Amino acid sequence: MTQLFEIIARYFSYDFVVYAFIVGIMIALCSSLLGVTLVLKRYSYIGDGLSHVAFGAMAVAMVLNVTNNMLIIMPITVISAILILLGGRRKRVNGDAAIAMISVGSLAFGYLLINAFSTSTNLSGDVCSSLFGSTSILTLSTTEVWLCAVISVIVIIVFVLFYNRIFAVTFDEDFSKATGLRASAYNLLIAVIIAVIIVMAMNLVGSLLISALIIFPALSSMRILKSFKSVVLFSMILSVVCAAVGMLISILAGTPAGSTIVAADVLGFGICSAVGAIKRRNRV
Amino acid sequence: MALLKCENLVLGYDGKVVVQDLSFEVNSGDYLCVVGENGTGKSTLIKAILKLHSPLNGSLELQEGLKANQIGYLPQQTVIQKDFPASVEEIVLSGCLNHMGLRPFYSRKEKQLAVENMAKMGISELAKSCYRELSGGQQQRVLLARALCATSKLLLLDEPVSGLDPSVSVAMYSTIEKLNKAGVTIIMVSHDIAAAVKYATNILHIGKHCFFGTLNQYRESEYYRYLSGISHGGDE
Repeated sequence: MTQLFEIIARYFSYDFVVYAFIVGIMIALCSSLLGVTLVLKRYSYIGDGLSHVAFGAMAVAMVLNVTNNMLIIMPITVISAILILLGGRRKRVNGDAAIAMISVGSLAFGYLLINAFSTSTNLSGDVCSSLFGSTSILTLSTTEVWLCAVISVIVIIVFVLFYNRIFAVTFDEDFSKATGLRASAYNLLIAVIIAVIIVMAMNLVGSLLISALIIFPALSSMRILKSFKSVVLFSMILSVVCAAVGMLISILAGTPAGSTIVAADVLGFGICSAVGAIKRRNRV
Repeated sequence: MALLKCENLVLGYDGKVVVQDLSFEVNSGDYLCVVGENGTGKSTLIKAILKLHSPLNGSLELQEGLKANQIGYLPQQTVIQKDFPASVEEIVLSGCLNHMGLRPFYSRKEKQLAVENMAKMGISELAKSCYRELSGGQQQRVLLARALCATSKLLLLDEPVSGLDPSVSVAMYSTIEKLNKAGVTIIMVSHDIAAAVKYATNILHIGKHCFFGTLNQYRESEYYRYLSGISHGGDE
């Protein structure tokens, strides 16, 4: 046991490991914030669609050889979020199909672009790492760490400030609109925040697994808790714990960080479901 | 003294007209019941009053300084709400948001208002309970308390007793009646003609031909005779 701690301590003496942890935990925290809202509003699909768009955008950035690919990925993803939201509201069924089209389309085009134009020597490695997350979390520069920190703080502040309104719009959009709340503006805000979080989280778990980071903590805590505030708080805690555990295991066992974190989230969901089922049985 | 005045209103969506030439007004203190068969445009009218949906033609005016955000609304329950993790307190408080301007958090004033309205609806002891675990009648009371937080002038109720047990429905109606007696103007959509006739002061009948008038005028009209004939076999 002490040996294990020594190994962990040795890893944490490296700056890049510490950075990875900081960034990972911040991303986990932010991504869980809006998960509850997305799940309850039946918007889970938006996260999925957007993450694929982000992959496509990254392919474009790679091919154009931009130094800071955030500059391309972020605007494209945010705009797509707005478009998906507007389209989805007009006709629900068509919105679903549109998202399927956009997400699969951008995956395909992204890969095509990289394949046709990339100058990289390790093509499949690049693609794999952007889809499933990678060691890139361990090679973050200080600028990236700061960028990530600033964005996280902004996301958290915005969420806290609008918390009550986000709740109202999630619970009952019609009532909110009827009583003069600008529900569409808040929907837009939610979509933009989600897009920002997704772009940030791409570093950690890759674009295929982002949805898991957003949705699992929310679903888990909805199994056992009863008020909106407690559900949000618990999903934040759960998400951070799962991310920390996942990263620790991935460092020690040499497994890929993204999928290990998601595996930890799935495990968390299993435990919460079991606890929820037991609680319900005891009540009846 | 009209709070709400409608003239020659035409409602519809996707280019299809649902309601033609609707004229009526609601005065302060009225209890207006909107009746009519399904698909005649009752919900569309509600949405138009709430400005969720704009009329194809005609005018719909809020008067006496009544603003759109001073209408309390009791919507029909949505699927989302069936498994929504929220406490009663959180939901009732959310009704206060419309008069908070840009202030992000609830102050003591809003919390006090929520407590009062929960007491009025007899759900004080449920404040910390989970909404999705309540009975249908309790859920309606929660939403009514929320609507009361939004306004004390005009309440719009969309089928407030649908899906409730008969005894719970009676209790709900008497709660609404009490609110009306206390000065809240009520517009209620219902297809329960018997209740409409029992509680309302004015009736708006929507259908192929629309009728608007006081309760007594309605009782003498052919609409009432026709509808009461099929709904409960004869006069009251």
